[in-house]
Amino acid sequence: MRKYIGERIKRNEDPRLLTGKALFVDDVDLPGMLHAAFLRSDYAHARLLSIDVSQALERPGVVAVYTAELMGDEWQPGPPNVSPPPTVENITFHSRTQVPLAKGKVRHVGEAIAMVIAESRYIAEDAVEDILVDFEPLVAVADLESALDPGAPLVHDDLESNLACHMVQCKGDYEAAKEIADVIIRRKIDIDRGAAAAMENRGIVANWDEKSQHMTIWDTTQAPIPIRNGVASRLGLNQTQVRVIAPFIGGGFGPKMMMHYPEEILIPWISKKLCKPVKWIEDRRENFLATTQERRQVHEAEMLLSNDGKILGLSHTFLHDSGAYDPYGLTIPLNTESHAAGAYDLPNYYSDLTVVFTNKMYTTPIRGAGRPQGIFLIERMMDIAAREMGIDPLELRYRNLIPPEAFPYDREIIDQAFALLTFDSGNYRPAVEKAAEMIGYEQFIKEEGPRLRAEGKTVGIGIIPFVETTGVGPYEGARINIEPSGKVNVATGVGTQGQGHFTSFAQIVAEQLGVDIRDINLVSGDSAEFHWGTGTFASRGAVVAGNAIHASASIVRDKVLKLASKLLEAPEEELELEDGFVRVADIPRLSISLGDLAAEANPLRGAVEPGTEPGLEATAYFGPKSGATAFGVHAMIIEVDPETLMIEIKRYVVVEDCGTVLNPLILDGQVHGGVAMGIGNAYYEQLIFDENAQLLNASLADYLIPTACEVPRIEVAHVETPSPLNPLGTKGAGEAGAIPVPALFAQAIENAFAESGLEILEMPLSPNRLYELLQEKESDT
Amino acid sequence: MSDLYPLTVTINDTEYQREVDPRLLLSDFLRHELGLTGTHVGCEHGVCGACTVLFDGLPVRSCLMFAVQADGHQVQTVEGLGTVDDLHPIQQAFWDAHGLQCGFCTPGILMTLVPFLEKNPHPDEDQIRHAISGNICRCTGYQFIVDAVKLAAESMNLETK
Repeated sequence: MRKYIGERIKRNEDPRLLTGKALFVDDVDLPGMLHAAFLRSDYAHARLLSIDVSQALERPGVVAVYTAELMGDEWQPGPPNVSPPPTVENITFHSRTQVPLAKGKVRHVGEAIAMVIAESRYIAEDAVEDILVDFEPLVAVADLESALDPGAPLVHDDLESNLACHMVQCKGDYEAAKEIADVIIRRKIDIDRGAAAAMENRGIVANWDEKSQHMTIWDTTQAPIPIRNGVASRLGLNQTQVRVIAPFIGGGFGPKMMMHYPEEILIPWISKKLCKPVKWIEDRRENFLATTQERRQVHEAEMLLSNDGKILGLSHTFLHDSGAYDPYGLTIPLNTESHAAGAYDLPNYYSDLTVVFTNKMYTTPIRGAGRPQGIFLIERMMDIAAREMGIDPLELRYRNLIPPEAFPYDREIIDQAFALLTFDSGNYRPAVEKAAEMIGYEQFIKEEGPRLRAEGKTVGIGIIPFVETTGVGPYEGARINIEPSGKVNVATGVGTQGQGHFTSFAQIVAEQLGVDIRDINLVSGDSAEFHWGTGTFASRGAVVAGNAIHASASIVRDKVLKLASKLLEAPEEELELEDGFVRVADIPRLSISLGDLAAEANPLRGAVEPGTEPGLEATAYFGPKSGATAFGVHAMIIEVDPETLMIEIKRYVVVEDCGTVLNPLILDGQVHGGVAMGIGNAYYEQLIFDENAQLLNASLADYLIPTACEVPRIEVAHVETPSPLNPLGTKGAGEAGAIPVPALFAQAIENAFAESGLEILEMPLSPNRLYELLQEKESDT
Repeated sequence: MSDLYPLTVTINDTEYQREVDPRLLLSDFLRHELGLTGTHVGCEHGVCGACTVLFDGLPVRSCLMFAVQADGHQVQTVEGLGTVDDLHPIQQAFWDAHGLQCGFCTPGILMTLVPFLEKNPHPDEDQIRHAISGNICRCTGYQFIVDAVKLAAESMNLETK
């Protein structure tokens, strides 16, 4: 029986956040600190003929101005964040990594051309205006679909075309399946770009201390340890000379996992050069132009079915927009491939992926990370098949869900972990039935929907199951020790951006050590405290770091029991850990506090026995061989205003299966936030570029993030199918909420306009776009 | 460099006298001149609401004002609400109801809510949602914020009884 894991415990970190006392990067203020500002390109594609920084240098308060040329030999591209998978045959991959400052030409609007260092940010921005650049504008590669046309302008002049990658993955024999298929559905599916738009923009403070030969960096990163390693390598320092701190981060959602942004190299570099602390804080416009984006893909999809509604095969040939560079490799499209069959048994699969360079900001994962595209594709095809075959859409899904006895289920393709994807466990149908029951699916289809429509209301229902691959390796680690005060320190390398790690991880420790949650102090994301790890991404914190913490806490528990057994003269199996004490189970007066035990374990005199270690401390790691696959179902009922085409979500239901739940309060919060972002992805948020690859809505006034008036109350229920791949049985959930929402919107809107024959094959939508689609449908008929 | 202007402003009941650049934003003045870093800056164009402070008791976007405009006025920031050991009832309710995740937008939302709850001691869900519709939160999906506001209203009503 678990006492802490699974409890709705409010968060340890909140009082500091609520009183404005939590440290964010822009709160760092060091004596003599200088400030950076960047001149960024207004053109998506242009040759740099000359750059004149002389006026900027003359401005009082300006300390230094750098361009690529002025950096000399210290200018280097990259490094890549993730290399392409080594195990795929016949893969073409051209690695072109981001550069610190543009050299020769600019490749996207917002690319940094010059860096100004000044005594204040205000002066630095003035000086940016002083810089004169002579551009020769080039035709921009703005359109994904024409980027590979013969004669298209080249993003990278040294390549023959804008092809970044081509690869094929297959399962079974798709062509043979096509021979025997009764029904073939073909559609083109088009998904556009969005922004993560964390409320905190990016920022870095770097402080090179010449006397101690040591660099301290505060960075809004999801990956403090790799940033430390990369900066050390780039600046020719030992890793021990660099400390990276990711303090409280104002939302991550993926783009803060990109490494290394140009600024993450430049700010430490210039701090070391000037021997001064330097701060750069991104503004919102820069965040729209120079922080990574995601989602643009175009799929030509084909689905094969038998007359009894079994999927026989799925193929898709698709284009992925990588933007100007491809530092993050193939994570996004690999995720799309591993989710393109959703939660369904699929015997035959063919996927042909082409990644393309364009003159836009480069793409890296944003919450969902290729999965929403995959789920949108398969669920659209399912809905269209259901309609064409006259089968109830929910029934068609029941016929194809992977059955519980089929786990572990092999997809037979590689996923973002570069390993063959296996769904470790699941029990899908009961979760779908639960969601259908909660939303009242049958009742809405048979009674409520027809009744409301008869009253003149435009209402629709949707229900979408989805999978989420989570918790990929390579590993995370943690060090735990008990102090003589009885308080427990936990250090782990993953950063935290609001996920509640200070509390959910403490619950894992408390389960082993029997201490109050409030007595557990977690440090995450400070390389001086723990310097092994990869980062907070891919819904892996609770799985990978969580199990490392569990492993570490288990070792500390063993040490506690061993020492207490000796001191209390009682066998270990008769001891229990509770309320900060070790007790002999039946004799409560025979007890010792963990603090006293910690003091005993670290004596000032005498001898620590050979083969033992001082203190009650342990470091342990967890590296999963493969990820754990979570499952979920979303359902909603909408009412559309026929005049404005604004959508009111009348009810929204989520059934989530992410294995063992650590803290349902925090998990529900994660689900709510994911759904809100998914609603944005589905109906409000779209980055609009013109034919010159200019972003037209680079402000929060024009790029519409859902507010409290657009996001409904969300009813969340949980089922638990623990993962057999890790001791806690956890699966990730961080991205889950966002994944099925576009597919759900499409289904519910089609249901609301069923009589028009409306078919939705694109995302995001908006009231305007829905109006256009309905008009097109009307003029067709 | 432009001339500096004298400024006298009362912030969280403390009077400050400074000389500032006329173009210095109120948000930057609070954060970087006075070290009141609880006020966060999310967009610097008045949309996200993270930098909301009370100006003579009314919520304003401190990124859309110059510091000199605060001369002779009263400003309240999140640091003037409660402390870690003595939270304001709204802060306590946000803690109890899990009304925050990354916490970046939170100070602005708290400052928006202080005058709202003073004027509307018994708000319904729609009123709460409209009240915070000028504050963007990217983490929570707003549901637990709404719950926190209801909870805060209840506890504050009990307090005044």
